[in-house]
Amino acid sequence: MSGPPTLTWYINPDNGGQATRAQQCADASGGAYTVDIQTLPSDATQQREQLVRRLAAKDSSIDVMSLDVIYTAEFANAGFLRPYTPAETARISEGKLPAPLKTGMWKDTLYAAPSKSNAQLLWFRKSLAKAAGVDPTSPTFTWDEMIKAALGQGKKISEQGARYEGYMVWINALVLSGGGQILTDAEAGKNARPSMASRAGDKAAEIVGSLARSSAAAPDLTVAQEEQARAVFQGDDGMFMLNWPYVLAAARSAVEEGTLDQSVVDDIGYARYPRVFADRPSAPPLGGSNLAIGAYSKYPEQAAALVECATSLEKVTQYMLDEGEPSVYAASYDDPRVREAYPNADLIRDSIAEGGPRPITPFYVDVAGSVINTWHPPESVNRDTPAEADAFMADVISGRRLL
Amino acid sequence: MTVTATRPDTPAPAAGKGSDRARGERRLGLYLAAPSFIVMVLVTAYPLGYAIVLSLFNYRLTDPAGRSFVGLNNYLVILTDPVWWNDFATTFAITVVTVAVELVLGFGFAFVMLRIVRGRGPVRTAILIPYGIITVVSAFIWRYAFAIDSGFVNQWLGLGDFNWFGDRWSAIFVICLSEIWKTTPFISLLLLAGLVQVPEEMQEAAKVDGATAWQRLWKITLPSMKAAIMVALLFRTLDAWRIFDNPFVMTGGANNTETISFLAYRQNVSLVNLGMGSAVSVLLFLTVVAIAWIFVKGFKTDLSQVRGD
Repeated sequence: MSGPPTLTWYINPDNGGQATRAQQCADASGGAYTVDIQTLPSDATQQREQLVRRLAAKDSSIDVMSLDVIYTAEFANAGFLRPYTPAETARISEGKLPAPLKTGMWKDTLYAAPSKSNAQLLWFRKSLAKAAGVDPTSPTFTWDEMIKAALGQGKKISEQGARYEGYMVWINALVLSGGGQILTDAEAGKNARPSMASRAGDKAAEIVGSLARSSAAAPDLTVAQEEQARAVFQGDDGMFMLNWPYVLAAARSAVEEGTLDQSVVDDIGYARYPRVFADRPSAPPLGGSNLAIGAYSKYPEQAAALVECATSLEKVTQYMLDEGEPSVYAASYDDPRVREAYPNADLIRDSIAEGGPRPITPFYVDVAGSVINTWHPPESVNRDTPAEADAFMADVISGRRLL
Repeated sequence: MTVTATRPDTPAPAAGKGSDRARGERRLGLYLAAPSFIVMVLVTAYPLGYAIVLSLFNYRLTDPAGRSFVGLNNYLVILTDPVWWNDFATTFAITVVTVAVELVLGFGFAFVMLRIVRGRGPVRTAILIPYGIITVVSAFIWRYAFAIDSGFVNQWLGLGDFNWFGDRWSAIFVICLSEIWKTTPFISLLLLAGLVQVPEEMQEAAKVDGATAWQRLWKITLPSMKAAIMVALLFRTLDAWRIFDNPFVMTGGANNTETISFLAYRQNVSLVNLGMGSAVSVLLFLTVVAIAWIFVKGFKTDLSQVRGD
């Protein structure tokens, strides 16, 4: 075939941001490659299913793929990804925050280059916090204090408690913030040790269970995803919410559309994810996605060039401005345009920098499924739940139970 | 060779003539069937055999290094796991309810299609339309009809905020309803084929002898179309037993509405747990064989004897 190779990039759906960058990078490559964009389904689970199916069949048409942060280990372990060379790794890592970079690593090798990140923040209504006499922006603000304050005001804490990945995000953040881990020695794959039954896991169970059973829980907690949580928080009963940074922009556009009062937006405060124990910094939930190169790609060098271009500081910063997805570069948050659009830019950067990833394991789907199965519904969570989750998870991973 | 030659009770000339023809027919039959048989082996037997082999391993597609032989352990795990029996119960409930209702409704439709004189074409078409709709599409139609936010059923029945898909049995009810709506035409079509074969003279004779309509139905119509009923029941039961689309679209398997096919899909495709998933698939296959066997034995009908002559 003559002419430059056409790289196929499987993207997660967005508003055209990735396609724009692909075009810019192809133009700037001086004819080294052109890019064809293929859009994956909208939710991460279905994206994974499609990519796994294709890669298991050694599909050489996957040159570059956008991969949710939780799947790096599974794909890398299966041999589906082409690792970045040490030179590429050095260039890709430059200036990027360490926490998102870690989500792209498997066994000390970089398989996926961070292209966007995310971290949950604590959102609160300033007037209600003031009335309750608490300061959520205090570094030592804890879940217990938050629940007490909400109960005192007769208001709600919005969380994601539906039977889906978002609930796993919550549980994982509590366990990590308490100093524990859902899975110990995750690199051992099948032989990794579930370790929820610990001081941290017990405290996490206490927080989830007691919040869910209290009047501070949103009435739809068991089916609530991000948007339902936002609706409760913006409503009359909202006081606290744990959610991603997009909610501020969403609230602002709701005002523009006339569905929300400006006074509500003015009353929204934000702070770092609350602590589990007062003496231990929290681990804010980390999200985002990375760019990986298919192991069967015919043009790995060109694909690596595309990844380096698309994850450059300038491109990622612009993506944050265009698409509202937080950058993986510390420097992006000093950009005046970012600081104007994000009054909480420093908070987002610090939350990402100290964010806690979900377990990096080839069995992530089993681990998350086991945790969600045993911890749902939230009001059923009690002191036995962490040990039950451990036993179930171990059985599922070793093939002694069906998930 | 010597054995047949010395056997006195097989007169060579008489048997020879008949068996020559029979042998020729059989050979022709084999030749005619051979190409499709070979294709069947290639596309069916190979994957089936491979699935059986896979089912003896603990094997994740994404953990190739962790592959290990476990013998029949996967089957043991599945058959002692509440997930399997839960899915089995769901599948069983859906199969029994839908096939029973469809058989009765299908009979009604078949009679209508047979007896109708005016507007036969439009009526037959109207009855058959649901069967022409893709299952996934029909599943979405019914899902939206019963949905809490956009559905009209709750409004019609004055049920307010009743969440049909929030509870196991109400969700299964909707799944059954959709399934029945979609596949009753299929069963009625098969029954119509049987009804047409019921000899009209026999009906006339019975009428002359003073048999009531009810007696004619039970003594003449049903016995004469036993093979057709059997075929319809068997096909529909096997179809219903492998139900996947409706639960997948309507509930995603939530609230204990997962069926056996769904379990096989989840293990194989979502969890890429090929060992366990293949074992589920093989078990599903065995249940299908068992159902077919029960039907064939239960009806005491030899399908190969069902001929037009």
